[in-house]
Amino acid sequence: MNESINFSLIYSEIFLLTAICCIMLVDLFQRDRERKLTFTLTQLTLVTLIILGFNQLNMPLAIGFYQHWILDTLATTLKIAIYIMTFIALLYARPFISHRNLMRGEYYLLTLFSVLGMMIMVSSNSFLLVYLGLELLSLSLYALVALQRDSKLASESAVKYFVMGGLASGFILYGVSLIYGATGSIIISEVSQFYSQNPSNLISQFGMVFIVIGLAFKFGAVPFHMWLPDVYHGSPSSITAYISSVPKIAVFGIAVRILMVAFGQSIGDWSGLILIVALLSIIVGNVVAVVQSNLKRMLGYSAIAHIGYFLLGLVPATDASFSAAMFYIIVYALMTLAGFGIVIFMSVAEKDYQNVSDLRGLGRYHPWYGLMFTVVMISMAGIPPFIGFWPKLEIFRQLVLNGYVFEAVIAIAFSVVGLFYYLKVVKEMFFSEVEESPEITESRSLKVALSFNCILLVLIGLMPDSIYDYCLTAFNIIS
Amino acid sequence: MIEKLPLLSLSIWLPVLTGVLMLFVTGQKHKKTSHWIALIGAAATFAISLLLLSEFDSSSYYIQFIEDKVWLKSLDIHYALGIDGFSLPLIVLTSLMTLIVVISSWNNIKFRATHYLAGFLIMGGLMNGVFAATDSILFYVFWEAMLVPMFLIIGIWGGANRVYASLKFFIYTFFGSVFLLIALIYLAKQADSFDIFNMQQMVIDLEAQKLIFFAFLIAFAVKIPMWPVHTWLPDAHVQAPTGGSVILAAIMLKMGTYGFIRFMLPIVPDASMAYAGMMIVLSLIAIAYIGFVALAQEDMKKLVAYSSIAHMGFVTLGLFISFALLKQQQVDAAVMGIQGALVQTISHGFISGALFLCIGVLYDRMHSRNIADYGGVVNTMPKFAMFFMLFAMANAGLPGTSGFVGEFFVIIASLQVSFWIAIIAGLTLVLAAAYTLWMYKRVIFGDIANDKVASLNDLNGRELSVLIILALLVLFFGLYPSPLLEIMQPSVEHFIDCNLVSKLTPEGMCS
Repeated sequence: MNESINFSLIYSEIFLLTAICCIMLVDLFQRDRERKLTFTLTQLTLVTLIILGFNQLNMPLAIGFYQHWILDTLATTLKIAIYIMTFIALLYARPFISHRNLMRGEYYLLTLFSVLGMMIMVSSNSFLLVYLGLELLSLSLYALVALQRDSKLASESAVKYFVMGGLASGFILYGVSLIYGATGSIIISEVSQFYSQNPSNLISQFGMVFIVIGLAFKFGAVPFHMWLPDVYHGSPSSITAYISSVPKIAVFGIAVRILMVAFGQSIGDWSGLILIVALLSIIVGNVVAVVQSNLKRMLGYSAIAHIGYFLLGLVPATDASFSAAMFYIIVYALMTLAGFGIVIFMSVAEKDYQNVSDLRGLGRYHPWYGLMFTVVMISMAGIPPFIGFWPKLEIFRQLVLNGYVFEAVIAIAFSVVGLFYYLKVVKEMFFSEVEESPEITESRSLKVALSFNCILLVLIGLMPDSIYDYCLTAFNIIS
Repeated sequence: MIEKLPLLSLSIWLPVLTGVLMLFVTGQKHKKTSHWIALIGAAATFAISLLLLSEFDSSSYYIQFIEDKVWLKSLDIHYALGIDGFSLPLIVLTSLMTLIVVISSWNNIKFRATHYLAGFLIMGGLMNGVFAATDSILFYVFWEAMLVPMFLIIGIWGGANRVYASLKFFIYTFFGSVFLLIALIYLAKQADSFDIFNMQQMVIDLEAQKLIFFAFLIAFAVKIPMWPVHTWLPDAHVQAPTGGSVILAAIMLKMGTYGFIRFMLPIVPDASMAYAGMMIVLSLIAIAYIGFVALAQEDMKKLVAYSSIAHMGFVTLGLFISFALLKQQQVDAAVMGIQGALVQTISHGFISGALFLCIGVLYDRMHSRNIADYGGVVNTMPKFAMFFMLFAMANAGLPGTSGFVGEFFVIIASLQVSFWIAIIAGLTLVLAAAYTLWMYKRVIFGDIANDKVASLNDLNGRELSVLIILALLVLFFGLYPSPLLEIMQPSVEHFIDCNLVSKLTPEGMCS
């Protein structure tokens, strides 16, 4: 069974690839400047994928393609999360790109290609597929960032993203080659077996460190975070919303496969590394975010801090803590989408309003959106009953259960710093008195989508089990 | 019929839902309607709390009106509610104060009055939740969620320096509560449940108790607030709109006390015993030093804010003096200390709320809180002067008012421990009289200070009705405190017998 080439394991991927080709052809013959058909087909593809995903959800674990491919509940759950988030991101993107000479077929195609890359990542059972998926994702993202050719900022951030991303991929590849040298295999489960027989092998440990660094690069964790604020700042806002949220879920997928499965026998080797990176991210991210006046940069640094909290969930390296981390990363993606949704919301015809101070007076003139954005900010700060609180609670609970009380105290103390800059946004929206209303988007679909996203943050906050159960099922904690 | 209704849930969610409903009402057209909706919502909540009061069996210490549903299965968090003699008076107080705030801000909020009232209703419901929750995470959720409406109320409707005050308020209290969260998680790990009463019946060694003690202390001391973490309170009070100040003083500070009684003392009694001396000293500093600080204030709201800190010092003194008394086996005196603290908690709710309302009455007319801008108000507002006099006297602890009962109990209890503690505590009764009455003299008596004062109108019917209610309560509990004491009595005795026993060994714990 493991050796077989079983196409039923990859029919979602086949479907997506076919759909991409069709959409590409359709787009070629389209004269509509608004690309309505391309957009509709793309979203339909994603909806179909969501349905396919839910169909696959309860299938038993299956490995195929000479052990390179794995399809388990974890992979399927992560894929569904990826589809849904991409769907939301594209909804947000539409009004934004139509004003900015970005409304091209490539936008949708590249997004779909990156989705394909992520699907490969989360389903890979070998280092080779991890790398292939990662590159497919990264190359699509580089191109997406560079799509706005006439913008200096966007080109600069595309180059930065490309160079840093390439470096990270190089790290991972080098690590993989060292591990292959030591173990003679690139299949993750075989590497794991090797570890159980040779617990301390210097070469493969060396390789593992490189892989951890590469992953930290991709997550944007301190001290490998330098690219992140610049890229988030420079990219067109709709693309920032996408690259800051969805790919993290996929990177989490490969982090699980590599750290928990491949290096599952030598947890002590990597959990210390992750712990340091996580705490540094929390501290640096939160502190530096305080002084940012640009909303996108602020959200960028806050993303670094969030990644820190998420990484803390990996540190105890139990199934429960991994599912807590999964819960965190999915909720993080949902909140980040809403956060950058605000930036898109503030972008009207060709003008970008990106500073925190541009939100001044929003709450006074548009109380509904003011309230919604307050929900986003408070949720990011981790105040109950909004959704941001629950994964934090779960991460801290896992830390305390596994004896990391002191680390939990540091992390939670810095969330107070985090609260400050989130509240600064609320302050601008509600507390400052201004003469005239800030400009907001005219797109009704964006307004509805964003309100829906924000209401979701409240509703899931009241019933966090609705997401968390999936995460627990993915790690076989509950069935 | 009534027994079947989930009264506690109603007391939480009725105001919250009314408030959320009102958020959707915008525009000036529906202003009157929304005011009436708010009034009906608040009145219904108060009626529910009265129902609770009448149905409550005050002869037992058992948790009553229990509701328990699994909320989050994966985390074993329950939606568990229940009240005993400690929480019932606080819920009634909360509902009453919310109603009073709704009535008193009927006309004097110009900017988005609907949302202002909605904020108070939501907050009122959430505060009821804090007092009713018996699951620690549910408690924490209410405890934190309640900060958000208060933050917005201070920030949107507050005075000139509101941004600073609101941020300080939020961050200060959040800083306290994050440690609470870690402590709760740790305790839940030990107890294998988030249920507060399971946590109370658990063996914890002294080292762990001490750490948990400090986590609780940071959380609750900020809220009370105790010296030296009190500095957010004067800022928040001065900048908050009248209603915000009333709720802040009357209810929010009480959550600190409630936290002490519900969490800190019963869960870590040995650490509390070990640090009782420190806590008594901190309380005395709050009582004496803050009293002097209050004396020097130029701003009426600030003065009442500092006097709140000083009066809350009596509450913490009463709670921790009982440990010293238990050490000496003086159980009766310990009961008295705790009862004194609780009575003081409730009575301070009435008095400080009433004082802030009085200042609000003046502020609505003069737009100034400076004592120096006033003088001779009695000539133009004689009715107001009478009520203000009563509340000022109550604040000074005059016998016959509710302010006297609690302080008297606490001082009597501390006299059993040390003459000097009683002296220092008693000294502040003089101080309280000094700063309150001096303020009263400067504002109310004397010749008419300026033209503005000369043109003041006396209380209108709405203001009068609110102040009459509070005045009656202050007098009633001053002359006849036993209904309040009777509700608390079984809980306090159970508290001393079962909860304050050593948690180092399983011996002596009540099951």
